[in-house]
Amino acid sequence: MIFRRPFYSPNWGLASAFEELERMRRQLDEMYSGLGQRPYRALDAGVFPLINLSENKDSYSVRAEMPGLKADDISISVTGNNLSISGERKIASEGENVRYHRREREAGTFNRVIALPGDVNADKVEAKHVDGILTVVIPKAETAKPKQITVS
Amino acid sequence: MTETKEIQAKEKQEVSVPGEQTKPGRVFTPAVDIFETEKELTLLADLPGVKSDELNIDLRDNVLTLTADVTPWEGADEEDLLIEYEIGRYFRQFTLSEVIDQDKIDAQLHDGVLRLTLPKVEKATPRKISVKAG
Repeated sequence: MIFRRPFYSPNWGLASAFEELERMRRQLDEMYSGLGQRPYRALDAGVFPLINLSENKDSYSVRAEMPGLKADDISISVTGNNLSISGERKIASEGENVRYHRREREAGTFNRVIALPGDVNADKVEAKHVDGILTVVIPKAETAKPKQITVS
Repeated sequence: MTETKEIQAKEKQEVSVPGEQTKPGRVFTPAVDIFETEKELTLLADLPGVKSDELNIDLRDNVLTLTADVTPWEGADEEDLLIEYEIGRYFRQFTLSEVIDQDKIDAQLHDGVLRLTLPKVEKATPRKISVKAG
């Protein structure tokens, strides 16, 4: 049997076999990227508490939503460049004669370590807990702050 | 069991509000525990970031509506590095099957948890009516 090779594809061989797969992979990627609607989902560590980390030129701020916790129930420590937040949330039991219709809130322990992107000054960390939102402000180490260099 | 389990991280559930909102932004449903005793119905809702003047509790026609606004975090000069949860208003509605004594509703908001106590109306106790002969 004679296989006729079409004239318009001179590289009939390995290269174009992968090209087919390459094209298929690209199309599948495009299909799946359309399914992820929320742009922030990819960065979720999946550990309680979920945090929002932001920075200004002097410090980092970490915010977490922790309703139902008092300031004593939360312990925060800074080791190197890692901030660790841990504690326990308790939900008081309401007595014996109660009938629950819904139970959606959770109680339990939590422990999370967050790696901060730069060097920090562990002595001056401030944390406050207001209305169920914990805000931790961690000042950057002097070496990590941006320094202006004048061009003469 | 003496071990306490770990809390799982849950994403906030978004909800579509009936009627359009006047302010743009996301709306979430808060996690709620509801239980009742013989005398009252108690509702506990997790509303982090809500101050007591931003919370609206409405009860009419046996529908209880919770609406809460959240002050956005301070620091406009900050750049966001990692965002794992969003900020938005809270909204949840419940239809109550019991009749509630509206004058004695009590609401307390501490540390982002709302405790709403709804006392039930006392049912009229059945009275025997004696018939006098005459």
